[in-house]
Amino acid sequence: MSKISELSLTKIVNGIKKKDFSSEEVTKSFIDSSKKSKKLNTYITECFDEALKFSKNFDKKKDYKGLLSGVPIAVKDLFCTKNVKTTAGSKILHNFIPTYESTVTNNLWSQGAFLLGKLNCDEFAMGSSNETSFFGNVKNPYGEKLVPGGSSGGSASALAAGLTPATIGTDTGGSIRQPASFTGTVGLKPTYGRCSRWGIVAFASSLDQAGPMTNNVEDSALLLQAMSGYDSKDSTSVDKKVENYSSNLTEKIKGLKIGIPKEYRVDKMPTEIDDLWKKGIEYLKDAGAIIKNISLEHTMYALPAYYIVAPAEASSNLARYDGVKYGHRARGKNLIEMYENTRSEGFGNEVKRRILIGTYVLSSGYYDAYYLKAQKVRQLIKNDFDKAFKDVDAILTPSTPSSAFKIGDKSDDPVSMYLNDIFTVPVNLSGLPAISVPAGYDKNNLPLGLQLIGKAFDEQTILNLSLAIEKRANFKKNYKVWWS
Amino acid sequence: MTEKKFDYFISGEKAKWEVIIGLEVHAQVLSQSKLFSSSSTKFGSEPNTQVSLVDSGFPGMLPVINQFCVEQSIKTGLGLKAKINLNSVFDRKNYFYADLPQGYQISQYKNPIVGEGEVILDMPYGSKKIRIERLHLEQDAGKSIHDMDPENSFVDLNRSGVALMEIVSKPDLRSPEEVNIYIKKLRSIMRYLETCDGNMQEGSLRADVNVSVRKVGDKKYGTRCEIKNVNSIKFMQAAIEYEANRQVQLLEAGKTIDQETRLFDTKKNSTRSMRSKEDAHDYRYFPDPDLLPLNLDKSLIDKLKKELPELPDQKKERFIKEHNLSPYEANILVSEKEISDYYEEVIKECDKKLAINWITVELFAVLNKKNLSITQSPISAKNLSSLIKMITSGKISGKIAKDVFEKMQTGDKDPKQIVEKEGLLQQSDPKELEKIIVSVISKNQDKVTQYKSGKEKLFGYFVGEVMKASKGKANPQLVNEILKKKLH
Repeated sequence: MSKISELSLTKIVNGIKKKDFSSEEVTKSFIDSSKKSKKLNTYITECFDEALKFSKNFDKKKDYKGLLSGVPIAVKDLFCTKNVKTTAGSKILHNFIPTYESTVTNNLWSQGAFLLGKLNCDEFAMGSSNETSFFGNVKNPYGEKLVPGGSSGGSASALAAGLTPATIGTDTGGSIRQPASFTGTVGLKPTYGRCSRWGIVAFASSLDQAGPMTNNVEDSALLLQAMSGYDSKDSTSVDKKVENYSSNLTEKIKGLKIGIPKEYRVDKMPTEIDDLWKKGIEYLKDAGAIIKNISLEHTMYALPAYYIVAPAEASSNLARYDGVKYGHRARGKNLIEMYENTRSEGFGNEVKRRILIGTYVLSSGYYDAYYLKAQKVRQLIKNDFDKAFKDVDAILTPSTPSSAFKIGDKSDDPVSMYLNDIFTVPVNLSGLPAISVPAGYDKNNLPLGLQLIGKAFDEQTILNLSLAIEKRANFKKNYKVWWS
Repeated sequence: MTEKKFDYFISGEKAKWEVIIGLEVHAQVLSQSKLFSSSSTKFGSEPNTQVSLVDSGFPGMLPVINQFCVEQSIKTGLGLKAKINLNSVFDRKNYFYADLPQGYQISQYKNPIVGEGEVILDMPYGSKKIRIERLHLEQDAGKSIHDMDPENSFVDLNRSGVALMEIVSKPDLRSPEEVNIYIKKLRSIMRYLETCDGNMQEGSLRADVNVSVRKVGDKKYGTRCEIKNVNSIKFMQAAIEYEANRQVQLLEAGKTIDQETRLFDTKKNSTRSMRSKEDAHDYRYFPDPDLLPLNLDKSLIDKLKKELPELPDQKKERFIKEHNLSPYEANILVSEKEISDYYEEVIKECDKKLAINWITVELFAVLNKKNLSITQSPISAKNLSSLIKMITSGKISGKIAKDVFEKMQTGDKDPKQIVEKEGLLQQSDPKELEKIIVSVISKNQDKVTQYKSGKEKLFGYFVGEVMKASKGKANPQLVNEILKKKLH
């Protein structure tokens, strides 16, 4: 038998149920791998002792009713966890210990899972490389010099390296899908409103959505089912029944119509990305899908609109970190100086950049030209998708315009960094569900993902399509362990 | 009654000036819990004991609209005869302050829940309509306390997140007295509706006052100044008075008014500049992405409309019509719901005219003296009613009634028991009265002679003596009749 920590979430859940191994053995296996992974820098907070204790307790009680019974799970450090430090990757929250548990993590725990640790991420989820974290950049298992993507980079790296059987991230503009693509894992951003935002440190409220990050599609369906659901504490969460994604999961997708948007064939896109896309089309055709060329004509405006809306909301959401109530506080002669010192010391450059942009675009005199216009663009992008979905059941695109890039490569050039989100951002602006599934490698043997975009609340279809791709792509982890 | 003419103008050295006033009233919504959280709104609790994670702006906390507060604001809107907007939006008003935990206040900016309405004022010079521009819902901030420590400021977040209705008037008010009547009327309407307790001491009702002046006859408004957060009618009036005179002096000296925000100094009775237009905050309003637009069902509005209680204007009309009251009397009675309730309770079983006199003269005098509100009245409506009944049925005289009234005040005693216990029942037995009268006449034979020889004024003297002998209990009408007969 292979090492437990190399098994999929589903296999672990079933193994515990069948008593192939105990929760304690599972937990020990992941703690063991995690302890050897310091070089990856995925953990901000380790909860190994508590996890071990929990697993022992679980093995005594033997309650297998939950979807995730007895499974330790490390989560992105953007989810507030009761009595466990929650930093959002920022100095300004380096000492913040919530007295409450986010709804999404709480959902996992009520399905029998428990917390293994808190994973590194870009500061306040602002970044595409995990280089903006106050706790240092995370490394990609596929190469010591490579970024794992971001902002859920710690989650993606930990998952790919076998430090946690599955994990959850948040996706505001691609923060689940892009790192999934960079690490050869499956990342799903659910429909806006599918998962509660309550207790998740907010970046851009109208775009943020939590989602599962897993080793395969089957796990994705299982974890999505466990974490989803209506929450009366989040006014934007939607009161819609959670489907049984796992038991409905099928690769029989014959007759489904798949849209291929011509606008995603961007300039200077590496041919290997285009080849991957073609391969994806072939896989789906092979499974019986009907391919249709479609147009999402406002796609080119998505990124600029996103970089107005997201910073605008962020500038307001981050105003609460002022040193008055919790988190980092610097001294000052008076209130204003205390604010200035606290926020100057507490926030990193990327966060400051976005607060500045957001403050600017909301200022009187600029509001109409930027924020309002961006909202109009957002509506047009939504309309594009609505129109497209009259003819197709899902849309296939590459997840990212490149494979994982090198640490430091883009950190001085924010625009080139932002361009990495070009395929993922339109989805957030439209609130739709999308998944990145690993489908191949580039010439350097780095993983590449394909993205499937679905209709609102139709996560099942994109899961099924991903399964069809997964079966055909036969993607296997092919990195050499260099960190332990 | 001749109507007075409006006469509030400021006579400068060069011209006569008219004062233009608009109010932004902040009325705390009467509700058990806050606008976006379930924390209690109870006044006067220990600092920071009524604060949820939402009210204190913790990471990841989200607001959820309190439906009751929404309904309260709709009711208020209906009470102001205003348009209720079926679609409204909550916006974030961004600014930094230690008692604003989120770094923004959730308010309604472009699309308020209530649109244009009106309030009718009864002025000595006739009724006057004040137009309402809008009413919107917003959350209150916490309270900063700067005088408890030389080094530090303290913050109390109990008020943070409490629901407020901001009621914005058009610049239709023209004098401190109109402001007085306007605030009282607004307060009265909201108290009838039970949407705001109107308690100004506890800060449930406060206002930003916009003041400008223009020469009488001018059509264009002058530049206005906004006096922030004034929390009593008296201060509002003093602030307007000071501010209008200040502006007139500036203008007559050939200077201009700077549009600015000013503060009223309650100690100096004057206003001073707080910040100029240039320093005005840029609040960077934008729709709160944590809240969906507020979409109301028309059926809800219809339901609330149906459930609306009788409001002061309607009640006044009814009192005039049904009870034959003068507009003046009706006004006094409806000014506070509790007074009209008291009145209606009293008149269930007794004479209306007498009731008004007893309430507005005798009872009000007592309340004023003891600084009590009608709800704290030492005499219950039931007991006052039975006192009045005893007068109209001739059981006691008006004079005795006043003594009984005096005695009723301690412990809300039943007037019947007082009268019985102290033997104050009016003597209306003609035989008994005749005995007293005969005795008085026999004791005053000299006066009888004078009376009969034409000194008719002495009749009063005999009445007085009879009343004295009966210890005030003799039925005065009967005494008159019998005396007249006996003295013939």
